[in-house]
Amino acid sequence: MIESPNLTPSSPTPPNLSTASKATRIIGWAALAVTGLALLFGLVISGPEVNMRDSVRLLYVHVPSILTAYTCFGITLVGSVMYLRTQSQFWDLAAASAAEVGVVFLGLGLVTGALWGKPTWGTYWEWDPRLTSTAVMFIMYIGYLAIRRMEFSPEVRSRRAAVVGIISILNVIIVHYSVQWWRGLHQGQTFGLDPQIRDMQYFSWFLGTVAMALVASWLLIHRFRVSWLERQVEESQLVRALAERRREAGE
Amino acid sequence: MLHDAWIMARKDLRIEWVTRVATGQVLPFGALVLILFGLALNPDLVIVGEQRRSILAQVAPGLFWITVLLASLLALGRSFALEANDGNVDALKMAGLDPAGVFLGKAMAVAAQLLAIEVVLGFGAFVLYGTPLANFVMLVCAVILATVGVAAAGTLYAGIASGLRARDTLVPLLVLPILSPVLLAATLSTEAAVFGGSGGWSWVMLLGVFAVIYLGVGMLAFGLVMEET
Repeated sequence: MIESPNLTPSSPTPPNLSTASKATRIIGWAALAVTGLALLFGLVISGPEVNMRDSVRLLYVHVPSILTAYTCFGITLVGSVMYLRTQSQFWDLAAASAAEVGVVFLGLGLVTGALWGKPTWGTYWEWDPRLTSTAVMFIMYIGYLAIRRMEFSPEVRSRRAAVVGIISILNVIIVHYSVQWWRGLHQGQTFGLDPQIRDMQYFSWFLGTVAMALVASWLLIHRFRVSWLERQVEESQLVRALAERRREAGE
Repeated sequence: MLHDAWIMARKDLRIEWVTRVATGQVLPFGALVLILFGLALNPDLVIVGEQRRSILAQVAPGLFWITVLLASLLALGRSFALEANDGNVDALKMAGLDPAGVFLGKAMAVAAQLLAIEVVLGFGAFVLYGTPLANFVMLVCAVILATVGVAAAGTLYAGIASGLRARDTLVPLLVLPILSPVLLAATLSTEAAVFGGSGGWSWVMLLGVFAVIYLGVGMLAFGLVMEET
């Protein structure tokens, strides 16, 4: 259990309410620097690809953002399971923060994917397993975030959100395989298998991945700390309200 | 647990028998949706292929299942509105009912109501859309298994959203993505059943797998969902 700061106005020394720390500042500057490098390599130094031409540059954003989103939802799954096991606020808030960051990156991934699909496949959207399950996943995690905003007591909200956080992953797998059974093939993994992408293009993609990972970590840590402060405010308001009721009852 | 489920299901169905919400409101709503689809998709448009068939008849299986999903949202909302007042959830716990039994019972009651509604809507779809029927047994199996899946997943998620003012808007957002694979498998197996064609039974089996998964997950998770503190 994390110790709560004293948030009452009468406290003599104001508590440190900043969500920044030395570590996040380093991550933040590193994220800016690597993003700058990724832009330089992705847009200027690396050349167009043989088949995809310049649209390959979209993949330096698209693939890293999808990977980042999947990682975030992985954290949500782990956080949800661990919350149900330990009832620890840490895991609950980690799951919530990761889902929020994940939704942002998944949205970015869907948009860049559609923009990439138009010149490559000739269409913004294909009803293939990966795209369809990703779209369903996007909506599902928006639903998860909706639960997190509901007016339950904190424990009930955390518990129900954890259940949804676990079932959502299960459902993504089910949707993926049922659509796969229904439809044909995605073009397969572009990286690792496709020999057309190499050298500078590969390096640009690598830089994009590192930049995304740093930005996501920075957002995640800050979001976690903001959620934690929100929770403290929520609880201190409850404590204050209870104290007031008691005083009224005593008078 | 099965005994508790039976008690719950009987209670919900008895309330339905007295209040007639499913037959008096949800069913007419479903019929209305079927008619609206007819207006939205020009019934005179014909697909000229091996068999001349109207667009409506061609897409009837999908329209039927979309209608069922929309109707199920109302049935689920009703199922948990019954427990919303007068501390009913506490009363259920005080009565010592097994949460898995409560889940199973509510899902059974929802499934029974949906099945009754589906029979009528199915006739409606045949009459209004002019759909053929190739394999009646497959159709019945698909409808029953899909309905169990819809009721199980829906009951779990309606339980998660229960006790909230925003329940009515939250349940569709949570339930429909979960039911998207059921919609897919139900539509494909129904297509195979009405038009004839191969591969229908494998989709029916997949519906069975979904039903078992959702029932299992629901029975495991419902206890956590129902705890109030």
